[in-house]
Amino acid sequence: MDTTPNTNPLTKLKKINTGIPGLDTICHGGIPKGRTTLVAGTPGSAKTIIGTQFVYSGIKQFNEPAVFVTFEEAPDDIKSNVRSFGWELEMFESTDKLVFIDVSVDPSTPHTEAGNYDFTALISRVEYAIKKINAKRVCIDSIATLFSQFHNSGTVRHEMRRLEQSLKQLQVTTIITCERLTEYGDISRDRVEEFVSDNVILLRNVLDNEHRRRTIEILKLRGTSHQKGEFPFSVSTQGVEILPLSAIRLPQLPPEPRVSSGNIELDKMCGGGFFQDSIILCSGATGTGKSLTVSTFLNAGCVRGERVLLFSFKESREQLCSLARNWGMDFEQWEKDKLLKIVCLYPEAQSIEDHLIRLRNEIKAFSPKRLAFDCLSAMERICSQKSFREFTIALTSLIKSNDLIAFFASNADSLVGGSFSLHNHFATIVDTIILLRYVEVRGEMRRGLMILKMRGSAHDKSIREYIVTDKGLTIGSTFENISGIFSDAPIQLPSAEHDRLNQLFEPSVNGNSDE
Amino acid sequence: MKCVLKLFITGNTPSSIRAQKNLKIICQDLNLSDYEIQTIDVIKHPELAEENKIVAIPTLIKESPPPQQKIIGDLSDKDRVLSGLELVSQTIGE
Repeated sequence: MDTTPNTNPLTKLKKINTGIPGLDTICHGGIPKGRTTLVAGTPGSAKTIIGTQFVYSGIKQFNEPAVFVTFEEAPDDIKSNVRSFGWELEMFESTDKLVFIDVSVDPSTPHTEAGNYDFTALISRVEYAIKKINAKRVCIDSIATLFSQFHNSGTVRHEMRRLEQSLKQLQVTTIITCERLTEYGDISRDRVEEFVSDNVILLRNVLDNEHRRRTIEILKLRGTSHQKGEFPFSVSTQGVEILPLSAIRLPQLPPEPRVSSGNIELDKMCGGGFFQDSIILCSGATGTGKSLTVSTFLNAGCVRGERVLLFSFKESREQLCSLARNWGMDFEQWEKDKLLKIVCLYPEAQSIEDHLIRLRNEIKAFSPKRLAFDCLSAMERICSQKSFREFTIALTSLIKSNDLIAFFASNADSLVGGSFSLHNHFATIVDTIILLRYVEVRGEMRRGLMILKMRGSAHDKSIREYIVTDKGLTIGSTFENISGIFSDAPIQLPSAEHDRLNQLFEPSVNGNSDE
Repeated sequence: MKCVLKLFITGNTPSSIRAQKNLKIICQDLNLSDYEIQTIDVIKHPELAEENKIVAIPTLIKESPPPQQKIIGDLSDKDRVLSGLELVSQTIGE
């Protein structure tokens, strides 16, 4: 089936930008060039808009002519539907950038089936249109209608496969939309994925607490990488926009400047500091030094003359200032210098939406360079999981759109162990995760710090012991002879076995054990 | 009224040849006095397929007498062709 030789597909497969905001980011650069991508969704999940936007953006942004094959709606309906987005498709038609192929059902002339047939006429119409305007993109919307129009579904499948092959030969990039019956079930109603299965994107429109929530999920892009899971998107006045949940750094972007966490050793572990415009999550059990890490981070900003804003959900301003004083940081002075602002919020005082508006107004008014939340998990107790999820999404885009570096402290449920309580989605949003944990060693509670992830950067992978002193957080060496530190039940290795293991993995372990 | 039939085919594929043969037989059986069959190869004339919004091959379109009728398939099911064309009553009436 596949005509391209099966050498390293990762380097062979090119992608093209869809031009749909956010989609290229979660697709790691776009959809596979010259291939067909299936966009499946329930009725009203914005399939047609995505397809049309793919075509419109292709012409508008990349000057790539397109063919739009419509099975469902008449071309005039599609054109008038998208006019509210400001997409003047007629103009593209008149300049030979866009051709509609109308396969929509005309109810006045139903056809009679009398014997075997194939879709050669449709295929030659599509090929003819592609060649005529030298099209690079094709949108086929939505093939579900074909199955009600033609009774022999076996023939329809076979012929759509032929059409797909023909599109592949013409090296056009295609989006095919198809219907789903349920949000979480079979990929498509008519088993369309059987003939276009290489690349599948799912659109969902879930009713959640009386609110519709749209999400998009890249199920697969064969032979290439993409982000996993559901991403919320909205249909705004400009069409579909996928929310920038995580600002992933594409490899072609230049490395961003680093900023200091205020702790030299922590900066070293992060490969030279945090990234500007990144979001850091610091998860720790009570008493592990979260507030200290937050304060250090903010103090480092003030030292550089940056404005910093702290949202505190647990301690009062006075408590925070006196804590900081103990660690040798003069928050009151920074406040006088208009570099620091502490906003204390009581989570239960207002709804989470109102909190968000408050946060937005405070950020707007103070325009800080650094932002910290201590601690975010307090917000979890006033709302449902979904609301919290939306809150963090909105907060994230607020942070990203203001070019801020944000530091979230979060309370861990258990004193020991590697798990953290914030919902999994939040872990994918943030760029850096730092874990602060208690570690029981020979009947003694010690503390361990680890950089769990740091997007776009090399970082120290080891679990380092640290102590909290009046000078702040002092990071020491790795835990010797102990494994399973974050698995709730650390295992102490006898020295002999430890040495033997080290010898086994000599080249890779060497660097770590020497430090 | 002259009966105008358009038959859309692709080259010499078996189903196209069958459709042509079947149509000829049906027309003879109907004993149409005045009829015209236009055979169009969509490979050679994709623009005509576009103009007539043809999807399936073979497709038979009865242009006149009205109403316009569309029949797809190789026309091997003669009864369906006849009922689809709505020509039966006309021949009986003559």
